Amino acid sequence: MSTDRHIDIDWTACQGHGLCAELLPEQITLDEWGYPLADGTPVPPGAVGRARRAAADCPVLALEVTAAKAR
Amino acid sequence: MTATLPDLHMSPRLLAPAGTPADLPTHEQRHGPLSHGDPEAVLRAVAESGLTGRGGAAFPTYRKLVAVAEAGRRTGRAPVVVANGAEGEPASRKDRTLLHRSPHLVLDGVQVAAHAVGAREAYVAVEDGATWLESALAQRTDPLPVKVVRLSKSFLSGQASALARFVSGGAALPTHQRPPVRERGVHRAPTLVQNVETLAHLALIARHGADWYRTAGTPAQPGSALCTLHVPGHEPRVVEAPYGLPLARLLPLQGTAAVLVGGYHGTWIPAREAAQLTVDSSYLGAGVLAALPVGRCGLAETARVLRYLALQSAGQCGPCLNGLPRIATAFRTLATPGPQGAVRHDLARWSGLVEGRGACHHPDGTVRLVRSALTTFAAEADAHAHGLCTATDHTPLLPVPEES
Repeated sequence: MSTDRHIDIDWTACQGHGLCAELLPEQITLDEWGYPLADGTPVPPGAVGRARRAAADCPVLALEVTAAKAR
Repeated sequence: MTATLPDLHMSPRLLAPAGTPADLPTHEQRHGPLSHGDPEAVLRAVAESGLTGRGGAAFPTYRKLVAVAEAGRRTGRAPVVVANGAEGEPASRKDRTLLHRSPHLVLDGVQVAAHAVGAREAYVAVEDGATWLESALAQRTDPLPVKVVRLSKSFLSGQASALARFVSGGAALPTHQRPPVRERGVHRAPTLVQNVETLAHLALIARHGADWYRTAGTPAQPGSALCTLHVPGHEPRVVEAPYGLPLARLLPLQGTAAVLVGGYHGTWIPAREAAQLTVDSSYLGAGVLAALPVGRCGLAETARVLRYLALQSAGQCGPCLNGLPRIATAFRTLATPGPQGAVRHDLARWSGLVEGRGACHHPDGTVRLVRSALTTFAAEADAHAHGLCTATDHTPLLPVPEES
């Protein structure tokens, strides 16, 4: 059983504030319109704590750290 | 508007013959009584039939039914069934044709599906023909009452999460699908959203069994599918075609430059390649097949469709909201003979940026159309770059609502 953590973005909520890219620069960059680009790979175990913080700090709570891979 | 091709070697299963709608006595005389059987037996027959969804995604119906039934048991909430007759795709006519001609087959399918998953609520969602369906429902004595839901015209209203939200009393807009609709949909209950054609096939499988269903089609893709055929100079017509039938039997490919397969989220295929293809669920989408004759500009047709698709974005997701209008505008440049600058490069980049980044598959389907057009009409795009369009007839061809 894999316990990989993935970043799941609720695109209907995300407004491109960009805090996630500041907290998780290795996992998230911003596209030319300011929306997060996640590479889709599992969050490395050492970065899961920061990923959770990024999720908690998102002003619109559009980010979630999940055990299941996003669609 | 509808027809049965004489050379298909199958008698139509879904559409009542002679082009006349089947009322309840005619329907019962034709198909015999519907026995609900036990849910396990129905599920087994669906599994053996190999039935897949006819809304475009071709997802195995058995797996969806089982997932909804299991979610119902796990959560202790009775599931909801929504028959999806939205047919927001402007080039598709098959669902409204089916609902008009054989409403009772679809309504039988709703009952079979509801029984199989243990549903206690059922809806039929349509843009057109709601009154017709209500009068068909009034003739019936179903174990589970069915409500007709009227949708406003929109490309995305039939998207499963949008439909679940609308039936729950919200706006018909897609939502972030976690957990998915099959686990949490209408009023947060596990919800089976199933295309109306799928339900009609289900009603026949419940009566005649999996072996009968598999007598049409191929071993890998059993059964038949309703297709909407667009041939220039003719009204669009709906036919039922077995999987595996050569596309050349459905569309005249002589004098055709390319075929749009699968509708506005589909794929342009050059006619010489289409001549090698058969009716196949992996690219058929919801069954739209449109022939682009030689002498028409595929880039101009695609640009018209892309403008429509960009306008139909729900505007909820940043990449779709930003990307689709840019893609549509860039494609308009490509469709106009003259300098193109970096427009093909921009289209490739923006396509990559919108793909997979939304609550629904609207950006993904739009990108599929863009990429197939760039490949299929590459020579025409080169001609446009040199200020030429090889088309001789610039009359708009594909149906695009509210264009002017």
